[in-house]
Amino acid sequence: MSLLKVLRATDLIRSHSALRWCRHTGSFPRYDYDLVVLGGGSAGLACAKEAVDCGARVLCFDYVKPTPVGTKWGIGGTCVNVGCIPKKLMHQASLLGEAVHEAVAYGWNVDDRNLRPDWRKLVRSVQNHIKSVNWVTRVDLRDKKVEYVNSMGAFVDSHTIMYYPKPGQEGDRRQVTAKYVVVAVGGRPRYPDIPGAMELGITSDDIFSYEREPGRTLVVGAGYVGLECACFLKGLGYDPTVMVRSIVLRGFDRQMSELLAAMMSERGVSFLNTTVPSSVERQSDGRLLVRYLNTTTQTVGSDVFDTVLWAIGRRGLIDDLNLGAAGVKTLNDKIVVDASEATNVPHIFAVGDIIHGRPELTPVAILSGRLLARRLFAGSTQRMDYADVATTVFTPLEYSCVGMSEESAIELHGADNIEVFHGYYKPTEFFIPQKSVRHCYLKAVAEMAGDQRILGLHYIGPVAGEVIQGFAAALKSGLTVKTLLNTVGIHPTTAEEFTRLSITKRSGRDPTPASCCS
Amino acid sequence: MSLTLWSSRCSVTFVRQCSTIFTSNFCPGPVSVSGILQHNSHSPHQLLHHQRTMSSAALGRQDGGTQSRGSTSGAASGVPPFKHPHCDRQAMYAQPVRQIRNKGGSYDYDLVVIGGGSAGLACAKEAVLNGARVACLDYVKPTPTLGTKWGVGGTCVNVGCIPKKLMHQASLLGEAVHEAAAYGWNVNEKIKPDWHKLVQSVQNHIKSVNWVTRVDLRDKKVEYINGLGSFVDTHTLVAKMKSGERTLTAQTFVIAVGGRPRYPGIPGAVEYGITSDDLFSLEREPGKTLVVGAGYIGLECAGFLKGLGYEPTVMVRSIVLRGFDQQMAELVASSMEERGIPFLRKTVPLSVEKQDDGKLLVKYQNVETGEEGQELYDTVLWAIGRKGLIEDLNLPKVGVKVQKDKIPVDTLEATNVANIFAVGDIIYGKPELTPVAILAGRLLARRLYAGSEQRMDYQDVATTVFTPLEYACVGLSEEDAVKKYGADEIEVFHGYYKPTEFFIPQKSVRYCYLKAVAERHGDQRVYGLHYIGPVAGEVIQGFAAALKSGLTINTLINTVGIHPTTAEEFTRLNITKRSGADPTPATCCS
Repeated sequence: MSLLKVLRATDLIRSHSALRWCRHTGSFPRYDYDLVVLGGGSAGLACAKEAVDCGARVLCFDYVKPTPVGTKWGIGGTCVNVGCIPKKLMHQASLLGEAVHEAVAYGWNVDDRNLRPDWRKLVRSVQNHIKSVNWVTRVDLRDKKVEYVNSMGAFVDSHTIMYYPKPGQEGDRRQVTAKYVVVAVGGRPRYPDIPGAMELGITSDDIFSYEREPGRTLVVGAGYVGLECACFLKGLGYDPTVMVRSIVLRGFDRQMSELLAAMMSERGVSFLNTTVPSSVERQSDGRLLVRYLNTTTQTVGSDVFDTVLWAIGRRGLIDDLNLGAAGVKTLNDKIVVDASEATNVPHIFAVGDIIHGRPELTPVAILSGRLLARRLFAGSTQRMDYADVATTVFTPLEYSCVGMSEESAIELHGADNIEVFHGYYKPTEFFIPQKSVRHCYLKAVAEMAGDQRILGLHYIGPVAGEVIQGFAAALKSGLTVKTLLNTVGIHPTTAEEFTRLSITKRSGRDPTPASCCS
Repeated sequence: MSLTLWSSRCSVTFVRQCSTIFTSNFCPGPVSVSGILQHNSHSPHQLLHHQRTMSSAALGRQDGGTQSRGSTSGAASGVPPFKHPHCDRQAMYAQPVRQIRNKGGSYDYDLVVIGGGSAGLACAKEAVLNGARVACLDYVKPTPTLGTKWGVGGTCVNVGCIPKKLMHQASLLGEAVHEAAAYGWNVNEKIKPDWHKLVQSVQNHIKSVNWVTRVDLRDKKVEYINGLGSFVDTHTLVAKMKSGERTLTAQTFVIAVGGRPRYPGIPGAVEYGITSDDLFSLEREPGKTLVVGAGYIGLECAGFLKGLGYEPTVMVRSIVLRGFDQQMAELVASSMEERGIPFLRKTVPLSVEKQDDGKLLVKYQNVETGEEGQELYDTVLWAIGRKGLIEDLNLPKVGVKVQKDKIPVDTLEATNVANIFAVGDIIYGKPELTPVAILAGRLLARRLYAGSEQRMDYQDVATTVFTPLEYACVGLSEEDAVKKYGADEIEVFHGYYKPTEFFIPQKSVRYCYLKAVAERHGDQRVYGLHYIGPVAGEVIQGFAAALKSGLTINTLINTVGIHPTTAEEFTRLNITKRSGADPTPATCCS
C-alpha cells in the first residue's frame, strides 16, 4: 500500500514536471529536476534562485531539527535565524546601551543610572525581525518559482533523493530524481562530550530566542561565536565568563586576537584560560554547577552559572544525507570539493558551510552558490575566489580583517620579506565620553620589496566591518602601500587611519598617535 | 623609557604608557605648568595644564621642577582645566637637539609658513624634519558678531571638522537613546540636550588639541609666531603681533592662511548673524535657527541642530550641495526634510533686524516668484560660502596673482612668484579639505627640502557630508562622468538598501541608497562611488583606496561582502539605471 502511494506520488511529480518545457535542455527531461538543492540557507537559496533564473527546474529542501532544548526556526539557514542577523541585532542592542551612557557625556539629560535591558522585549524584537525575513524569503522563492519542500532530503542513489513530505510521518515516503544535486546543508553547533552538556547547556542556536534572561553565563569556546556572544551579554549587563581551551580566535592574526581579548578583559569579561569543562549539574536552586580543569596547572575548579553556552565549534550536517548511497566522500564531518565545488561524484556539488576547509561565511556561501548555478546552467566558467575574504568579529570594539594574518604572511614569504605598518589611533568621538582607546589599533601587512603590495589589513575599532569592506575591494584591485598612503583621508573618520600608517614594526618606533589634524 | 619619534605623520613624542592612561580615571587634578612653551608669554591661551611633573633639567630656564598640585590658574583665566593626557612632558623634554643646517644663506629662515592650520602646520613640520629652519605664523581675527576667536590649528580643529563631528555625534547619540528604547533598554525617551555642557565638552576637546599642537610644534622645533603676516618684499615679511611688529626674512614662503565664512551684503548680516566660526562656542542655545546656504556646512549645521532638538530652517538660493552629485544631493535634502527640517527653496535673505524681544526678524524673497516673506528666528547662521584670507597679506607688493579671493597655483603648488607657494583652502579651484591640505603641505615640504618629486594628486578625493544620514562619495559624480565621457559610455549601478539595525527601531530606510558610476564597456572601470547611509565616511574610505588601485565593476561584485554591514551593499550592486529595473531591495541573506 505504501509502495503504491510512493509510486503514485513519484508519478505525480513526474507528470507534473514533464508538462513543463525544459528551457535548459530544450528537450523532455530524463530527470524530475535539473537541480535539487539540499538545504535552504544562504548558499542553497542563492544557488537555487540563480539556477531558476538561468532556466533550470529546481527543487529546494530545507529542514531544521530542533535543538536539544527544542529551539527551531524557519527557512533561510543559520545566518538569518541563529547567526549573523540576530547576533548583529544583539550586538547593536549592547552598543546602544553604551550609547546611552555616551549621550549623557555629550549633554543629553538621560538617566543612565539604572539602565537595564528588557531581555524578553529584545528577544521578541529580534525574533519578529527574523520572522519577517523568513516571510520575505518564502515570498521570494514563490516569486522566483523555486519549488520548496520543508523536509529533509537524503540520497537513494547519486541521482535520486528521498524525503518524507510530512517529517515524522515516515509512512509517506517520496523520491525525486535530479540531474545535479547541490548539498548545502550547513552546520550546527557541537556539544562537548561531558555529563550534562546536552541536557543543561545551550548553544548559539538557542540564545537568540532564549525565553529567560541568561544571567551569569559561562561561554565555553573562544572562537568568534563565543566572543561575540560573551560581548553582547556583557553589554546587556549580564556577567559572562569565557572558557578558553587553548587560544582565542584560532585562525585569526594572533596579535589582533590577543588585543581583542585584552579589550574584553578591560570591559569586565572574565576569561578562564587553558581550561576545559568536565561536567554540568543542575543544583537544587536551578542554577548550573560547572566543574572544569585547568590543563596547564592541572587544577580542578567549579563555579555556578545561570546559563552555559557551548561555542566550541560547528559540525557539518552530513549524518542524515546518506551520502554513502551516492558515493560522496567526506572528511571529518565536511564534504571535500574541488575548485568548481564538485565532490568526487561529478554531478554532485557542495557549497556553503558544509564544504571542507573554506571560510564559513554567509557572503562566501551566497556568491559561491550563485556562481555554481551560473556554471551549471548559464555556461559561465567563473569560479569562486576564496582568497582575501574579509570578515568581522562583532565584539564591542569590532575586529575586521582582510587578507593574510601577519603569521601567514611570514610563513609564506619569510619575515625578511614582510613589512608591517601599524599604529594605535584615537577616534575623535571617544574623547568626550572618555572611552578607552587603548585597543584601537590597526596594521597593514605588506610585501617588503617593490611596490609593497598589501597582503593583509587588520583593524580593531568602531564599525570595523564598514571600514574594511572597501579595503577588501582595494586588496582585490592590487592595493600597494604607496597607493594607500597617497589615498587622501576622510576627516574625521577612523578609516582614514589606514592612510596615515607610517610606522613599521621593524623600525621599533612607538606606534602611539599624537596630533590629529596636521 | 621615552621613545623619540620623527614621524612623517607628525606624531608627538609619546611614551607608550601614555596610551594606556587614556581614560580620565587615571588623571589626577590639574597642575599648572604655565610658561613652559617658548612663546606662550604672549599666548592668549592659558590652558597649559598637565598632571605630570617635569624634570628639572628639561625645564631649563623655568622656575623649578615640581609644580604644586591642584593649581587653578587655568580655571581662573576662564578656561576649563586641562584634563587630557594627550602628551607626556618628560618625553617632550627628552628630545635630542636637532642639528640645523643653514641652507638659506643670509635669511632668518629657510621657510616661513603663513598660517597655522592643517596645511601650514603639516608643511612646517615636514620641512623641519627635513632639516629646514622654519617659522610658522598663525593669527585668528575675532569674528565680527560675537568676537569668537581660537587657538592654533586652523579651521578643522577649531571651527570645522572636529567640532562639527562632535556635534553630529551628539545628535546621533540623541537618536541612539530612542533606538535603545526600541531595543528594550529602560530609558526615558523624553530627553533634552544640555547645550552648555555640550559646547563646553567640545571646547575642552578643542583646547586639548590646541595644546597637543603647540607641544608638537615645540617638539619639532618649529618656531611658532602668534602674528599676522604681511609681505614687504618677496623675501621679507612683517609679523604683526600683540607685542608689536617683527620682521622676518626667508628664502621661501608658503601661504596657508585658509579661509573664513562669508557674510551676505544685506542689512543686519554682520551685526546679528553668526557663522560656523561662532556656532561651536555659542554661549546660548541656538533655538529656532535660520541656516542660510545649502552647501555641506549649512546642511551639517542644520542636521545636528535638528538632532539636538532645535528648529533649523535651511534657505537655499539655487541648488543643494553644489558640486556634488545632484541625485545624491537631492536625496540628502529629502532625508532632512523627512526629519522635519524645512527648506526655503529659491530664496535669498533681504535683511535681518533685531526685535525688542531679542528675536531676529529675517525678511527674504523668492527669486523665482519675487514673493517676499518674513519670519522670526533666535539665530541666523550664514553658511553661504568661504572666502580666502588674502587681504592682510599685502600680496600686490610682491606681485602674487590672485583670482577672486584665492591664489592660483601650478601642480607644484607654486604661485607666479618663484619662492612663494600656497597650500590648503587658500588655493584656487582645489578641494577645501583637511586631509588634502595636510598631504599637499607635506608633499610640498618634501619637494622643497628632501629632493622629492612627488606631486599632490587632487583626483579622486573622497569626502563625506555629516548630515544625520551621512553622504560620502569618491570620484566623479554622475553628471561629471556623463559630461566627460558621454551618457552612452557610462553605466550607473544603483540600489536602495535596508540596514539591518534600522528594522527594530523602525528607522526610515527611504533614503538609504548607493550607486557606482562606471565605464560602460571594456573593464567597466569605476569612476565614482556614492553612498547615503550610516557611517558613510567609514564606508567610503576603503573604496577610495580601491578606486586609486583601479577598481572595476567585475572586481567590485566579486569582492565578498562582510555580512551584515551596509558597506557590503556595494558588492551587491547589480541593477543598472539603463535597465530601468526597480532598485529597491528584497531579500537580505541569500
